[in-house]
Amino acid sequence: MAFFKKSPWIIHYDGSSCNGCDIEVLACLTPLYDVERFGVVNTGNPKHADIFLITGAVNSQNVDVIKNIYSQIPEPKAVIAIGICAVSGNIFRDCYNIIGGIDKVIPVDVYVPGCAARPEAIIDGVVQALGVLEKKYSDLKSGKLNENKQALV
Amino acid sequence: MLDGNSFLVVFLILFPLLPALLLLMLRAEKAVKIVVNISIAVMSMAAITVAVIFVGGITDFISLSHHLDMLITLGDIIIALVFMYLARNHRSMRYWIPLLVIPQYSAVIFFELTGKIPESSSTFFIDNLSIIMVLIIAIVGGLISIYTPGYMKKYHEEHPEIKDRRHIFISAVFLFFFAMFGIVLSNQLTWIYFFWEITTLCSFIMIGYSQKEEAVRNSFRALWMLLLGGAGFAAAIIYASLYCDTVEVTKLTAAGKTAALIPAVLICFAGFNKAAQFPFSSWLLGAMVAPTPSSALLHSSTMVKAGVYICIRFSPAIHNTACGTFLAFIGAISFFAASAMAISQSDGKRVLAYSTIANLGLIVLCAGVGSYLALWSAILLIIFHALAKALMFCSVGIVEQQCGSRNIEDMHGLISRMPFVSIMMIVGISGMFLAPFGMLISKWSVLEALANNNPILPIAVILGSSLTLFFWSKWMGTLVAVNEDKTDIEKGIGKSIWFPLFSLSALTIIVCAFFPLIGAVLIEPMYGPDFTVMGRGHIIMVTIMMSMVMFLPVGFLINWRNLIHVTPYLGGTNVSDPNRFKGSLKEEEWTLRNYYFENYFGEKKLLKISNIAAILITLAFLTIGWFL
Amino acid sequence: MTLNIIFVILYFIFAPLLGGLFAGLDRVVSARMQGRVGPPVFQPFYDVFKLLGKQNFTVNRFHSYYLVCYLLFAVLNGAQLYLACLFNADDILFVIFTLTLADIFLVMAAYSAGSPYSFIGAERELFQMLVAEPLLLITAFGFYMATKSFDVVKIYSADHMLFLSLPGIFIGFVFVLTIKFRKSPFDLATSHHAHQELVKGLTTEFSGPTLALFEIAHWFEVVMLLGIVFLFFASSPLLGLIITVLTYFATILIDNTYARFKLHLTFEVAWIATLILGGGNLMVLYFLKLVNG
Repeated sequence: MAFFKKSPWIIHYDGSSCNGCDIEVLACLTPLYDVERFGVVNTGNPKHADIFLITGAVNSQNVDVIKNIYSQIPEPKAVIAIGICAVSGNIFRDCYNIIGGIDKVIPVDVYVPGCAARPEAIIDGVVQALGVLEKKYSDLKSGKLNENKQALV
Repeated sequence: MLDGNSFLVVFLILFPLLPALLLLMLRAEKAVKIVVNISIAVMSMAAITVAVIFVGGITDFISLSHHLDMLITLGDIIIALVFMYLARNHRSMRYWIPLLVIPQYSAVIFFELTGKIPESSSTFFIDNLSIIMVLIIAIVGGLISIYTPGYMKKYHEEHPEIKDRRHIFISAVFLFFFAMFGIVLSNQLTWIYFFWEITTLCSFIMIGYSQKEEAVRNSFRALWMLLLGGAGFAAAIIYASLYCDTVEVTKLTAAGKTAALIPAVLICFAGFNKAAQFPFSSWLLGAMVAPTPSSALLHSSTMVKAGVYICIRFSPAIHNTACGTFLAFIGAISFFAASAMAISQSDGKRVLAYSTIANLGLIVLCAGVGSYLALWSAILLIIFHALAKALMFCSVGIVEQQCGSRNIEDMHGLISRMPFVSIMMIVGISGMFLAPFGMLISKWSVLEALANNNPILPIAVILGSSLTLFFWSKWMGTLVAVNEDKTDIEKGIGKSIWFPLFSLSALTIIVCAFFPLIGAVLIEPMYGPDFTVMGRGHIIMVTIMMSMVMFLPVGFLINWRNLIHVTPYLGGTNVSDPNRFKGSLKEEEWTLRNYYFENYFGEKKLLKISNIAAILITLAFLTIGWFL
Repeated sequence: MTLNIIFVILYFIFAPLLGGLFAGLDRVVSARMQGRVGPPVFQPFYDVFKLLGKQNFTVNRFHSYYLVCYLLFAVLNGAQLYLACLFNADDILFVIFTLTLADIFLVMAAYSAGSPYSFIGAERELFQMLVAEPLLLITAFGFYMATKSFDVVKIYSADHMLFLSLPGIFIGFVFVLTIKFRKSPFDLATSHHAHQELVKGLTTEFSGPTLALFEIAHWFEVVMLLGIVFLFFASSPLLGLIITVLTYFATILIDNTYARFKLHLTFEVAWIATLILGGGNLMVLYFLKLVNG
């Protein structure tokens, strides 16, 4: 019986955002929204985390970084793209330095649009990711999931 | 004239002179190795036989003809002349050394020649403490001697500028064995004095071996400091001849503090001087320039043990006196200050030297306290320290030869480059401070022994042992901090080096496992039939911990299957080379360094304060203590 | 014999349970102090079970096993204290030495991972041990001077309240407790809170089941150390339980009100406290002993 629903640990990474969505993510941890009620802990360490919260779009400098952090999160893991920049690139999509949304680099499980995404929407996104985590865990146990045997660099 | 057992004892003392002479003449490598190995085998067998024959609670005495005292006097004269001859060319030492040598030797030789030295009924004596010392010298010393030829060969290959005098070196090793056996088996102070100064001579030869300026300077510093201790010894002989009517060790210690306090104080002064306690610590630090076998043999396992051995011998005579307390304080200061200074050192041999001084300080502390439990702890400390320290010095020596550096900072991740040597170093380091190995048991019993006294001593021991924890674990961790797989550079280490390393590691573990037996068989009978230290409960607990520590490491060999290897976390900036990361403009390198805390534990400040404190207490020890 | 087995089973069940509950209480109380609601009290158990279900990532094949050793010795450590009646003459000095031994395994695990964060975390953890250990041993000494015995069973069954002879040592012990529990201001090596100076410091490279082992071992340690707090008041157990819980609350309070100390400040503050509180207490006891003959 998996406990991912009761204890999702997140790691938050800022791709190239204006920090608006980051502030909203951190606001979730404040007393007003208090996601720790659901057991959410913001660890800064991918090796401890289950859910990868990314804000901001992907550019050529952070492509490798995102792949690296993603590979260092043990399965089962879920990725949430927070804010429309992470979802699709937003108004910067055609800029010379922006590659696009997060799904250009790693598989995304939940998209939370908004500019900036509201804390309630972020919490809703995390709750949806919990369901994804549970499914991935049962896939992992039954062997259907393709585990990553080698860390991507 | 002599019965079989006594003959064996005399053989044990005299035998090492034979290889000493032979090796002075042999130059061929193979011949040297054969002579060394055979001599060590003979010596060890003789030592073990002596141990088995004489073990038990009583002291055995052996008497030789009094005419042999003339030989000792002749030996004294020769040594005095040798010391002055060695110093003849040195700018300042040619004045200081004679100044130290002439007064003490002329006094002693005068007394010997004019028959003022009281005649003794026995020349040698053996009790369990002698047996322990004999075994340590023969086995630990023997293993180091086997290590020496292989080490010296590589040493000269790497340092072609140093004149090859290794025949003198290895010969000095065996001369040293002769002297050490003499010290621990003699009952007459004049004889011990003769052997004592031979060890000083051996130390001088070995420290100054490379003939570089620093080595020569340090060898002379060791010489004058050790001669100062010898002066104390000489004064003890004079005093004992005039006022105590005997120069026998057993009689003096039995006379106790009423009659023999002053000679005991002077001899303990010589003892802690040889054990490099503060304020005499700098000679041992300087001795680290010598080739590693001498550091392992003289300056950690055996010669300095002679110093603490003599303190333990005379401990009953200063028990419960102010002088005893002063001696304990000198030990406490040495333990605390040396442990603190070891934290700030990154040169492996200096760390080991400071750790040696610290552990000897603990033993001197026990000798000063003098209760049966304290002496039990002290003897156990001697055994375990000799083993672990010899192992550590031999390992560091071989690491220096294979890697080119003995700095701890260059030993990062050594376990991937030199796995076996690293594991043996881990065994050695654990043996120095970790529960349930012997040193920790000894520290435990020291604390138990000090529990009824003044709290200042236990607090010093407690603070010191926390400090030792830090630098040993730091070293141990540095050995396993692998960040990339490197090539194995253990090839090319000869069998004559592996054998001592393996044996010392195995002995460290075995002796730890069997220490209750050692305590019961060898140590406790010396202090009476009702004296037991470890209750059944303690032994059970130690056995549980020991078995866990011995069997758990097997798990490291198992290849756990469901592990997935990933890179360490570097903020997402890993690149293919594990030592580099992607910086903001280009790839950068990252390295790791340990903490050394120069501002707290640096040598400059601490040495000054500790030396001042130690000098004050030593002066008190030598002067006012008598009247308190 | 069967009573002994029951004791052992009770210990193995209740020690981690209590440890986890204390950890959960810690989070709830901290949250309430910060004006939040906080997670459920059983949250640490959910965390550990979740971690056990994750993939086992490792940097090299050794560092997880060091943590297994850490856990085993932490369990032994608590057993030395709580199951002392099973061992004939169990020495409190051994309890402290085993605590050190267990911690050394943890430090070796962090060193062997070979990453900069865990390496520095390990160095700082060693430094914390250097700083905290004197007072732990002085506590053991204080128990000896108050009860004339190092034996845990005898200390527990002492007829007078040990706190009355050892007030300074008690305060110093609470101080060291903040260091051992990794609470601010002494959370230099690793911290329960997120995004600290060294990422997660000591535990950076541990993941999944390995981290679960770390958490469980930490529970055993917490329970063991609180047991020593209880020993100060062993003569009146109810008061002892209350004071133990209050002490834990005090460490949480300190955690929430202080920022992290620098290394040097930690050393100075802790050793000065050790010498004054611990050493002073011992000296006072010694003089009283001399005066009373």
